[in-house]
Amino acid sequence: MSSQASAAPSLWDGGGSPYATGSKKFGMWLFIVSDSLTFSAMLFAYTYSRVTNPDWPKPFDFSPAIIFATVMTFCLLSSSLTMVMAVQAMSHGNRKATVRWILATMAGGGAFVVLHLSEWMKLINVEGVTPFKNPWGVPLFGGTFFALTGLHMTHVICGLIYLTIIATGVGRGKFKAEDVEVSGLYWHFVDLVWMFIFPLVYLMSARVG
Amino acid sequence: MSEYVEEVHAAGTTGTYIKVWIALLAMTGVEVLLAYEQVPTLIMLTALLGLSIIKAALIIAYFMHLKFEKLSLFLTLFPMLIFCIILMLIFLGDATRIPHMRPGF
Repeated sequence: MSSQASAAPSLWDGGGSPYATGSKKFGMWLFIVSDSLTFSAMLFAYTYSRVTNPDWPKPFDFSPAIIFATVMTFCLLSSSLTMVMAVQAMSHGNRKATVRWILATMAGGGAFVVLHLSEWMKLINVEGVTPFKNPWGVPLFGGTFFALTGLHMTHVICGLIYLTIIATGVGRGKFKAEDVEVSGLYWHFVDLVWMFIFPLVYLMSARVG
Repeated sequence: MSEYVEEVHAAGTTGTYIKVWIALLAMTGVEVLLAYEQVPTLIMLTALLGLSIIKAALIIAYFMHLKFEKLSLFLTLFPMLIFCIILMLIFLGDATRIPHMRPGF
């Protein structure tokens, strides 16, 4: 028995990893799965509110609101690409390049937050939309819109803080390739959620002309 | 415990990632074009959801490396996630009935 265990590491010794991933990576995957259920629930809440209110407003003019949101999407998608590059650089042990790519990622995420906040400010101050009332007489629009995009923006801001910590640590010689990869998983997830919010909330409410 | 470090090296190349990024941008462009053309709501919703699911799959497979992980990780995480999300459709029938139950309709 004991000779067999030493030949091939037994699962009971904690030697085998059933998913061939580190525990940090697996933990992040579990978080992502539960968080995607949160976002799906909110997207379904938005959809149901919309279906039950046939006079749901279409507040987004193609120009500038939709074009603005498209630029935000571009920022987030490109920041995902730079994050992949950061993970790749770190797996080759190139810490300087990793920090540069993470900074590029944060620039994309930061641009997204700034653009998104200016869009919010326009909706709140110019058009008079708040979570409880709006000029189109369907109060649920404001509630679901701000809850959904607000939760997403919170995720982006948390991601920026997370990446700051990772970039600082990597620059000082701390953290392994897996740590950068795990932060990348989180960042791609935030991007992925926007791939559903952008069409369902913005494009479905586009107004042309 | 060094086995998963090897996996990181075995993953996609820069060229693959750039191709995926271009594909994602192209699909976003198609979505925006659909919005500009004011396609009928049901067709629009179907097309947007379809494209979004393809985009999500590309991000998960390539950017999030799931294509290069063990199959057991995918089987543990995703079938039940998809099942739970589909279960949320259960109230859709009620949502479509509510407008007709209001006085005046």
